Amino acid sequence: MTTPASRKLWLGYAVAMLWFFVLLWPLLGITPEGLEFATSFGIWSKVAVAAAIILALWQLKQRGVFGFVSRPVEALSDSLGKATGVVPTWVWLSLVLAGALAFPLLTERYAHDVAISVLVYVCLGLGLNVVVGMAGLLDLGYIAFYGVGAYTYALLSVHYGLSFWLCLPIAGTFSAIAGCIIGYPTLRMRGDYLAIVTLGFGEIVRIVLNNWMSLTNGPNGILGVKPPGTYWWSDGKIDHIWLGSLEQFYYVILALAVCTVIAVYRLNNSRIGRAFEAVREDQTAAELMGVNTLRIKLLAYALGAIFGGLAGAFFAARMRFVSPESFTFIESAMVLAMVVLGGMGSIPGVILGALALIALPEVFRGFELYRMFVFGGVMALMMLFRPKGLWPAKRMGARSEERD
Amino acid sequence: MAILELSDISVRFGGLQALTDVSFRVSEGDIVGLIGPNGAGKTTVFNVITGVYQTSAGQVSYDGKPLIEMRPHKILALGVARTFQNIRLFQNMTALENVMVAQHSRTREGVLGAILRTGAQKREERRIRGKAMEALVFMGLEDFAGEVASNMAYGLQRRLEIARALASEPKTLLLDEPAAGLNPAESRELMHTIGRISSLGISILMVEHDMKVVMGICRNIVVLDHGVMIAQGKPEEIQRDARVIEAYLGQ
Repeated sequence: MTTPASRKLWLGYAVAMLWFFVLLWPLLGITPEGLEFATSFGIWSKVAVAAAIILALWQLKQRGVFGFVSRPVEALSDSLGKATGVVPTWVWLSLVLAGALAFPLLTERYAHDVAISVLVYVCLGLGLNVVVGMAGLLDLGYIAFYGVGAYTYALLSVHYGLSFWLCLPIAGTFSAIAGCIIGYPTLRMRGDYLAIVTLGFGEIVRIVLNNWMSLTNGPNGILGVKPPGTYWWSDGKIDHIWLGSLEQFYYVILALAVCTVIAVYRLNNSRIGRAFEAVREDQTAAELMGVNTLRIKLLAYALGAIFGGLAGAFFAARMRFVSPESFTFIESAMVLAMVVLGGMGSIPGVILGALALIALPEVFRGFELYRMFVFGGVMALMMLFRPKGLWPAKRMGARSEERD
Repeated sequence: MAILELSDISVRFGGLQALTDVSFRVSEGDIVGLIGPNGAGKTTVFNVITGVYQTSAGQVSYDGKPLIEMRPHKILALGVARTFQNIRLFQNMTALENVMVAQHSRTREGVLGAILRTGAQKREERRIRGKAMEALVFMGLEDFAGEVASNMAYGLQRRLEIARALASEPKTLLLDEPAAGLNPAESRELMHTIGRISSLGISILMVEHDMKVVMGICRNIVVLDHGVMIAQGKPEEIQRDARVIEAYLGQ
């Protein structure tokens, strides 16, 4: 334990513990009754001992003391990796799809509800992924398009009784127009400026929805949005039915999510997708290599907005009610966090991110008070250890060689 | 006949006169070297031709069409492609993807075609991939098609930049210091490559500091100093030109 490396490690430990105490004491030690050291010192010493033990174990591991455990485990995971590599991708995909289709049959109401919101966020995440992950344009107001889609369907359904399926393309179109409206003035901006403008736009949409009483009914929201309907065989004849139960909603959003996945995947592997990525990598070089960057960026906004708008229309149908409260900044941040956590530009990554951020908090409901605390901690750790996300995007060359 | 023509180009950045009345032409099939001491304005000339900078005065024309105030992607579509002095590849994309991007202006398929994966879109993708592989093979990079650009060795990245420019099917290629950072063997290889590009019928305008490369392959040379063109002519004339010697060696 006297190598320079280990001395540096323990020095780092000492500094970190000192810093931790300086941080901890003002929080616990300054009370109305006066200064107090016992509580903070108690907590501090526990943490210090725990950290010392972990550090010592880690050092032992570095020296290979635990080789008798780790070697067989590594060999096992290696052979597992090889075995899974042999199975073609479509087998995995159909297994996942079969699982998703069977899900409502195997679970009860509460799980359906959670699954529906996961899938809504999958759609949103994939849409934002086009803008942030593929084209590299940081958008902090993405939820605005979700709102535009939701209100488009809610208003058309309540006032004109239009069907959900007819309203899906209309909601997509309106969101795309909104996307172009925000996209156009920001075309010449990069980085921080773009983030601030999109943040502002998201808030503008929410405030307009909140205050345009005659159209949106303001903070009271719009009630009585119809669920999707369909024609179905019942009692010997074809009849119109409403898809109002949770399972039916689940299948509708599953279909929407699958379509979104396919669309984004195909887009990713196309001329347009490559142009998005070129803009993300080096905008000037992309322009000089023949990409009309202004048009491509506008297209990225419009496409992202369409996916958000479709998810929004579903959300309105699912809740039968929309109000501006559902489209706050924290929702934009949540969707962005999914994209970053999962891996920018990666479709399975975004799906994992949505699962992690929506399903896990539901599973750990008991610790609800610590949710934001854990959330922040996990994000910080992720950026340190897996900066490219849970499931980073694969590159094209590798993909094409798999295919050949 | 002249294919790329610059007449009386002046560029000013605030108080700095970067170029003053620069005129020269690159004829079809020509290999022109653009040389001069550091800060002479060579890369500025490239940026003017490709539409990155606006000129204060003068005219650039290509095949008789004025290029001034045209967006860079349109200039590429006309057939003028370039490489960069400090390599500007799409770092996180593979070599193949980098080269495929260059086909953007030669292809049409849009979002709907991509999402529905129509027959026309699939055919076009195959064509893009074919052209891209052709460019990679031409530059001897076919084994690195799946390699992420940032993981490639420096010399390979330089070659990839040329492959990317070639994949846009240019008629004129602007090379900005293609030999920078290459070892002597790689420089010889580069000269050979430039010869092969020229024999495809592509005109070449190159900025280069390596005199062995410039004198070895350029048929015409333009010399800039402090934004002013001080000489123009065949390599052997340039080597004897008193003003050029003065600019390079001082008085």
